Amino acid sequence: MKAWKVILSMLLALVFVPARAEEEFDMTKFIFGHIGDAYEWHITEIAGKEIVIPLPCIVIDDGLHVFSSHHMQEHGYTLNENGKLVNAATGARPIDISITKNVLGLIFDSALLVLLILLCARWYRWHDVLKEKPTGLAALLEPVIVMIEQDVIKDAVGPEYKKFSPYLLTAFFFILINNLMGIFPVFPGGANITGNIAVTGVMALFTFFMVNLFGNKHYWKDILWPDVPIFLKAIPIMPVIEILGMFTKPFSLMIRLFANMLAGHIMLLSVIALIFLTAAMGPVLNGSMTVVAALFGVFLDCLEILVAFIQAYVFTMLSSVFIGLAHQQPEHETN
Amino acid sequence: MSLITPDFGLLFWMVVIFGLVFFLLAKFGFPIITKAVQQRSDYIADSLKSADEAQARLAGMAEEQKKMIEETRLEQSRILKEASESRDRIIAQAKEEAAAEAAKLLEHAKVEIAAERESAIRDIRRQVAMISVEVAEKIVRKDLDGEDAQMSLIDRMVDEASQAQIPN
Repeated sequence: MKAWKVILSMLLALVFVPARAEEEFDMTKFIFGHIGDAYEWHITEIAGKEIVIPLPCIVIDDGLHVFSSHHMQEHGYTLNENGKLVNAATGARPIDISITKNVLGLIFDSALLVLLILLCARWYRWHDVLKEKPTGLAALLEPVIVMIEQDVIKDAVGPEYKKFSPYLLTAFFFILINNLMGIFPVFPGGANITGNIAVTGVMALFTFFMVNLFGNKHYWKDILWPDVPIFLKAIPIMPVIEILGMFTKPFSLMIRLFANMLAGHIMLLSVIALIFLTAAMGPVLNGSMTVVAALFGVFLDCLEILVAFIQAYVFTMLSSVFIGLAHQQPEHETN
Repeated sequence: MSLITPDFGLLFWMVVIFGLVFFLLAKFGFPIITKAVQQRSDYIADSLKSADEAQARLAGMAEEQKKMIEETRLEQSRILKEASESRDRIIAQAKEEAAAEAAKLLEHAKVEIAAERESAIRDIRRQVAMISVEVAEKIVRKDLDGEDAQMSLIDRMVDEASQAQIPN
């Protein structure tokens, strides 16, 4: 109760803080600045002073160019209207493998994930698992790993699950840590990584290869010559549908994760943006909207933590199911 | 919109980074953890099974013990019965033997007594004979002072002796 009173009085105090609304608030720029990729990491703005981490640009144009994004102009490059790096002279897009905000976020999150899992693995290397119960990091991660492996992977993939569980576990934890770090608003977090279609696309591509490279004979027969009446195969309706299905499955994985995480970020940002949008409408409206936005933001943050887990879980589960489908044994022998 | 067009640079880095993460975790991370967990759950399953077996064996032992107690009780009652039978038999036999011994002793005593009596009678007879002879001597010494008396005595004695001879 006491905590509630403190929060409420702080929020009410905001009502009487005179809001400065000198410039028009640009909602689109605000949201896309947060969910999009960038050549610099914009952290915050304190008293009109931007705090920005410039990131290295790596460009292959007429040779390899590496430069800081702050010195872009000096190297003859500029940003086009979509915020992409282009050659200032020709306006053409070079081969651009810059360490952007998302790439840096990816590197950071991946390093964190590898560190966590390897530390956990180190515990098992140094301790006798039959004599000691897991402690620390191992105690934290083991239930999650066991849950994903035993309840999701084993059930969906079938008897050969051991071969695929390292990939599926990696996918789960990779998505989970990137989702969670995406929600975390301060520097190393806050990059909209899993809400980027390139990232989810690569994840889906890995699943696609995992499914199709290790599929058994029955799986390929089901695609190319399925067990249906002959007229559905003579004009290859079913094979075409099945081959299309090979691609739509990972495609749905890509879109699902991308859209869910992007939507979550946009929702959260829109709610927070309410505070700035109403700044020009006077202190009373602005103050009350601030209270509403803050409370709603707390709710959405909790929801997003749930969604972060659910989306990682769903991606892993569906990947397991697709892999399992490629390893099914025929239910009955056909001629 | 740039939101749904994947950026080549990010694609490239994502493949590299995810590939590297996958390689590291699949080689040094998850297999070690899952193997250890599997090892433990196998161990637990084994322990449960052996505990079950031990329980079953214990139950079997209890059963066996019960059977043994039952057997022992039967044996005990059998032994008791046998003991009482043999006791009765021994007592009966002892009684019989004692009776026989007593009879034998009695017999022996009778024989002894008879012998004793015989010898006592013989003794008495000898004494009586000797006393008679002494008495007779004295009587004879007093009566045979005269010739006539001596002669008459001889006659009488010859008569008596001949008379005594006849019935024999």
